[in-house]
Amino acid sequence: MKSHVLRPLWVVLVVIGLILVARYFVVPPDFGIYERGFMYGFHRKSNEKEWEAFKVKYRTKTYCKDCHPDKYESNMSSKHHVIQCENCHGPAIDHPENPPKLTINRKRSLCIRCHAYLPYPTSQRAKIKGIDPKEHNPGMECVTCHNPHKPDMEGW
Amino acid sequence: MRQTRREFLKTITRGAIATALPIGAFKFLSPREARAAVASSNVRWGFLVDTYKCVGCGFCVKACKLENEVPYDAPVTRTWVERYVILKNGRMLADTPMGARDGFTDPKVQEQEVNPRDIAKAFFVPKLCNQCENPPCVQVCPVGATYQRADGVVLVDRSWCIGCGYCIMACPYGVRFFHPIYHTAEKCTFCIHRLVKGMNTACVDACPFGARKVGNLKDPNDPVTQVILNQRVAVLKPEYGTKPQAFYIGLDENVR
Ligand code: HEC
Ligand code: HEC
Ligand code: HEC
Ligand code: HEC
Repeated sequence: MKSHVLRPLWVVLVVIGLILVARYFVVPPDFGIYERGFMYGFHRKSNEKEWEAFKVKYRTKTYCKDCHPDKYESNMSSKHHVIQCENCHGPAIDHPENPPKLTINRKRSLCIRCHAYLPYPTSQRAKIKGIDPKEHNPGMECVTCHNPHKPDMEGW
Repeated sequence: MRQTRREFLKTITRGAIATALPIGAFKFLSPREARAAVASSNVRWGFLVDTYKCVGCGFCVKACKLENEVPYDAPVTRTWVERYVILKNGRMLADTPMGARDGFTDPKVQEQEVNPRDIAKAFFVPKLCNQCENPPCVQVCPVGATYQRADGVVLVDRSWCIGCGYCIMACPYGVRFFHPIYHTAEKCTFCIHRLVKGMNTACVDACPFGARKVGNLKDPNDPVTQVILNQRVAVLKPEYGTKPQAFYIGLDENVR
């Protein structure tokens, strides 16, 4: 029996079938609901590994220790011992293979990040000796007079 | 119409199966998946910010951008530092030039000279993704491109994100933005590539003053957990019910 009701029904079913087939090929196999449930955990699992494989660029002070022992020792015995070498020299990545040398930044802007005087008595900034960059030997690099690794002024 | 109890139950069962079948056709849970869905992890990453210790040097922002390949000169960043200057007359000034990538070196706030004698209190507040327990940004994703890991870290699948921007609108803390190169939603990953290697996040390592710390909140002996359990800490915008997992020491009511 031919029915004008059944015919569109078949069309709808075929369309649904096609969508399911297409979905099978488009959606990655590891796409699913994981630990955090439907609301927060619906994702492609292998993406977690992709993020975990991201390249580490900042290697911290202990990495520099063996090859630049003089700088390390002098820095660690100074008031600047809290500052990471890479904050001033940029990320080590695979130095000395790549890049063979790290940048040396002698700009005043590097030092005044901490030493530009700001009148904020209630913040920790007040505990760092501040200078007014416009008054304190303007136009000259700070490192012509101060040692960036060991700026201590005992004996001045 | 009269119905026996047996007929009624039969109809109900048939109805339930009929509605469940089409849904079942879309997703079958394998036993392994089902187990993973209920098994809980013994790691939950959380963050601790001590606003008293921050001096506004901005090395955390610089390190984050270089570590995570966020274009350095674009006005977007995964973490930033805000400066708050509250005057004695109650007025509040706040700014974050370039997210404080180059630190705070100018006493002018919002292009305004401030007389030091008018300042009641002034401080710096580092901000980053709170890795909320109930992340609203994840709920709104229409394609499952952003998600929460078992350890609480919320990530974005760049190959799956369609760039609709719903998540950027949904985050009450404004931590999400479009990546200028990939044109996908971008956010702090808690440097998960470093955490899984046993390292700290890049911003934590870069901070000379210990204003930032990251720790496992499920480990009661972790120093960060100890502070959160034993000291007075606060979270940002608790009224949103997002349960942020970045805790602040010395949070001021003016900070939003
Ligand atoms: C495996 C050994 C090694 C390690 C580890 C290492 N360096 Fe180097 N570094 C070198 C070598 C070799 C050079 C090249 C010296 C030259 O050509 O004068 C160099 C050059 C440099 C320079 C440039 C010096 C110049 O005169 O231009 C800087 C700055 C520097 N390193 C900083 C660092 C910092 C900071 C770290 C730690 C994050 C570090 N290095 C770790 C071996 C190392
Ligand atoms: C406060 C910023 C700062 C920090 C922290 C810092 N440096 Fe430097 N470094 C500089 C500057 C500025 C120069 C250039 C000095 C000059 O020209 O006199 C320099 C020069 C260097 C040089 C090459 C120049 C030379 O004299 O041979 C090396 C190598 C180096 N630093 C390594 C290190 C290492 C290793 C550390 C960590 C222990 C470190 N630096 C920490 C700012 C810094
Ligand atoms: C021409 C040499 C010279 C240059 C360039 C220079 N300084 Fe100094 N700086 C000194 C001398 C000398 C002192 C000690 C006497 C004094 O307090 O002025 C000093 C003192 C300091 C102090 C301690 C202030 C205190 O209250 O005890 C800081 C901090 C400082 N300088 C930072 C800087 C910074 C940052 C720069 C670069 C923006 C810089 N200096 C450039 C010579 C210099
Ligand atoms: C991350 C913040 C930071 C940066 C960047 C920084 N310093 Fe310092 N500096 C400190 C701290 C902290 C001290 C120790 C506290 C004090 O005495 O001020 C200090 C101390 C000093 C002192 C005083 C030492 C003494 O004996 O009193 C000088 C001079 C100085 N730094 C110069 C520099 C120069 C030059 C640069 C740039 C190469 C620089 N600093 C960059 C944080 C910083």
